[in-house]
Amino acid sequence: MRETYFDHAATTPLLPKVVEAMLPYLKEHWGNPLSLHRFGDRPREAMEKARAQVADLIGAQPREIYFTASGSEANNMAIKGAALMNQKKGKHIVVSAIEHHSVLNSAKTLEKLGFEVTVVPVDEHGLVNPDDIAAAIREDTTLVSVMHANNEIGTIEPIVEIAQALKERSTTRHLPYIHTDAVAAAGILPVDVKELGVDLLSLAGNQFYGPQGAGALFIRKGVRVMPLIDGGIQEGGRRAGTENVAAIVGLGAAAELAKAEREDWARHLIPLRDRLIERLTTEIDHVYLTGHPTLRLPGHVSICVEFIEGESMLLFLNMQGVAVSSGSTCTSRALKASHVLTAIGMPAALAQGSLVFTIGKDNTMEDVDYVMDVLPPIVQRLRQMSPLYKGG
Amino acid sequence: MAVYSEKVMEHFMNPRNVGEIPDADGVGTVGNPVCGDMMSFYIKVNNGRLSDVKFKTFGCGAAIAVSSMVSEMAQGMSLEEAKQLNRKMVADELDGLPPNKMHCSNLGTEALRKAIEDYETRQAKSSV
Repeated sequence: MRETYFDHAATTPLLPKVVEAMLPYLKEHWGNPLSLHRFGDRPREAMEKARAQVADLIGAQPREIYFTASGSEANNMAIKGAALMNQKKGKHIVVSAIEHHSVLNSAKTLEKLGFEVTVVPVDEHGLVNPDDIAAAIREDTTLVSVMHANNEIGTIEPIVEIAQALKERSTTRHLPYIHTDAVAAAGILPVDVKELGVDLLSLAGNQFYGPQGAGALFIRKGVRVMPLIDGGIQEGGRRAGTENVAAIVGLGAAAELAKAEREDWARHLIPLRDRLIERLTTEIDHVYLTGHPTLRLPGHVSICVEFIEGESMLLFLNMQGVAVSSGSTCTSRALKASHVLTAIGMPAALAQGSLVFTIGKDNTMEDVDYVMDVLPPIVQRLRQMSPLYKGG
Repeated sequence: MAVYSEKVMEHFMNPRNVGEIPDADGVGTVGNPVCGDMMSFYIKVNNGRLSDVKFKTFGCGAAIAVSSMVSEMAQGMSLEEAKQLNRKMVADELDGLPPNKMHCSNLGTEALRKAIEDYETRQAKSSV
């Protein structure tokens, strides 16, 4: 059967060069990078090379890169680590309503610890208004976190403008810190920490053809963050535990390749994305694009299909070899409607028909056309079964 | 999609008894699209037995498979037997459901029961 992977937001396939770079650190050079003896040398060198490669991708210094096991861990470390470390200066943080759960749930944990959290709303396209962020800032605000691009609706946020608005507003010191969750953006969009003006930035290798199990947090020099994992002196004492060297090497290799090829990937992805959006919204009735029509990730297509439910579409698409995602209640293991679709004001019934297609660099126009061959009959079939559908 | 049993997938792919009965003797609807599942059951009754059961469902794979299974199990049952159908019986017939989908099983039997109650209410009214 033809297999079409349109779920690159879940995880991306590994680039062959990434696998190649990783293998020696699974086979021959399995030593602990912290070891003083010879077995630690090659792993340590490779890890420091990866640190430089990741730094280079985002315009940072290698010593500002801290490896983690995932984007979620990087987000936890940024939110909880920065808030806890600076709590004597204030116990208020600001986040947007469409942040990833690893940010929102970290904020909830902080609330339980006595912090106050302001959640800034977004408009119908999922855009955060920089003025709203600036207005939410108080004397005791220590951290602001707004994601670079949203994984569910693809919207790209105005981080530069948010950082500027905060700098104008902030009269004192270095606070609040600005964190951006760039997990969906790094390696895909141009991401430069200096241009963005952020103090903390999270990324993950498995979003740009690197391996699972390796992410990173950029911590600007001078920014204070409390470790989540105490122990040895790995990662400058900020993240204890023997590093996952092979995965980190893979993350570094992926970062270098992404830096070189990102623009080519985007040039390839945008026409596929636009054609899929065009065909979905014109060839199937009662289909609504979610997220911003233009300020969106190059391979990201998210829609709501009215009168039917996302998981049942996903199952039928899977039968046809097409892998997609959905933000419907039934597809979430927690059985909760997507907070992102709720935040953009999508009516709850319509949000049940959520489908998210995230296209990757190896997909082709034929993949897009294949999806458009198989999806309309599935929609038709499920609508015939739906008590809500009164059409044909 | 290993979360569902083969039986669930089979009913999801080829649901039995989909549709409405225009001159149904009873209709029952439960759930709502806001929660993600909504089922309508339509029944015909003949000599105290369900002579026809049809449904329309908005929902996930489990909701559709449950509707199909309930409609099949109930076919030909006496009203009392059909009212005794519970979520465990349906889930067992489907070779199990994931724990977070058991409520779908509940909805199916509830919708059928509501259709039967609707029939009984109509009967009570017409006999007055």
